[in-house]
Amino acid sequence: MGSAPVSDPVYVSDTVTTTVKILVVGHFAVGKTTFVGTLSEIRPLRTEETMTRAGELVDDLAGAPDKTTTTVAMDFGRLTLSESLVLYLFGAPGQKRFTRLWEDMLHGALGALVLADTRRLDHSFDIMGLLEEHGVPYAVAVNHFEGAPVFPEADIREALDLLPETPLVTCDAREATSSAGALISLVEYLQTRTPGER
Amino acid sequence: MTPPRPGRDRGLVRPYVVTEGRAHPTRNTVDLVTLVMAVRNRPLSGLNPEKRRVMELCGGGALSVAEVAAHLSLAVSVTKVLLCDLIDSGHLTARPPVPKAQRPDAQLLQEVLHGLRSRF
Ligand SMILES: Nc1nc2c(ncn2[C@@H]2O[C@H](COP(=O)(O)OP(=O)(O)O)[C@@H](O)[C@H]2O)c(=O)[nH]1
Ligand SMILES: [Mg+2]
Repeated sequence: MGSAPVSDPVYVSDTVTTTVKILVVGHFAVGKTTFVGTLSEIRPLRTEETMTRAGELVDDLAGAPDKTTTTVAMDFGRLTLSESLVLYLFGAPGQKRFTRLWEDMLHGALGALVLADTRRLDHSFDIMGLLEEHGVPYAVAVNHFEGAPVFPEADIREALDLLPETPLVTCDAREATSSAGALISLVEYLQTRTPGER
Repeated sequence: MTPPRPGRDRGLVRPYVVTEGRAHPTRNTVDLVTLVMAVRNRPLSGLNPEKRRVMELCGGGALSVAEVAAHLSLAVSVTKVLLCDLIDSGHLTARPPVPKAQRPDAQLLQEVLHGLRSRF
């Protein structure tokens, strides 16, 4: 044995007692990987699951059977928020099928930020439906791409069929302050839904 | 010292064992953001190569389950099985994501918000 297994891990501080996660979701090329990379203090990491086309997990250590498999990937990053608290950001593509990896990501997540692109708002429907189905609160952040149409907020809300309370913000996933601002809007919204209950 | 395997011996096995080694979600066992770290001075004899790689990685400090999977290029599902085994055998300890009793949701969200605002 003795081959170096590791891609230079950056360990979590010993003082950390609590970890939380927020999902960053949206369709292909909407800016999820960029967003996670912009805010993460570690080089963003990636994990994959191999599924059969039927959606079954292939988790044999020996690897997947050669035929009808597909790969589901997620990117994630880490953000230390205080001596005792670390936030993980998980970025994953929307999928029609609810996979094991999705179940893992949703479990215990504080909420989700749905990235959207005004050139194809309808591509966000699947993921919003999935979040609603699983009771995950979310905010929507429109990433502004050059040449993308700029619509009034009311039009975007209507196109996405947002509830009046669902936050809708704009952000540039390449820019830290802007991306953090979108997360802050989400967390402020989560607070309004948690009036000291429990 | 042989690691005890009380679960298996007594038939009180967890779901992923029941499902023939399949990494069942194990909801209350390990989450993607559960932190794991190596227990010092545990003998590594008897561990398979994958578990040794986990121990080598986790010897340096705490990492989340997701980070372990990514660093070792293993599927999350496989990683969870390995980690659960290593926790059972006393090689790893796990820190659950949120000590819920200690931090009510409202306070936790306030801390997240404060952290984000002060960092950016
Ligand atoms: N203009 C603009 N470009 C962006 C933004 N976010 C991402 N991009 C670019 O869009 C492309 C796709 O982004 P990526 O993060 O890979 O999308 P993903 O598929 O959702 O992970 C990349 O070339 C990014 O540089 C944004 O907020 N504004
Ligand atoms: Mg991506």
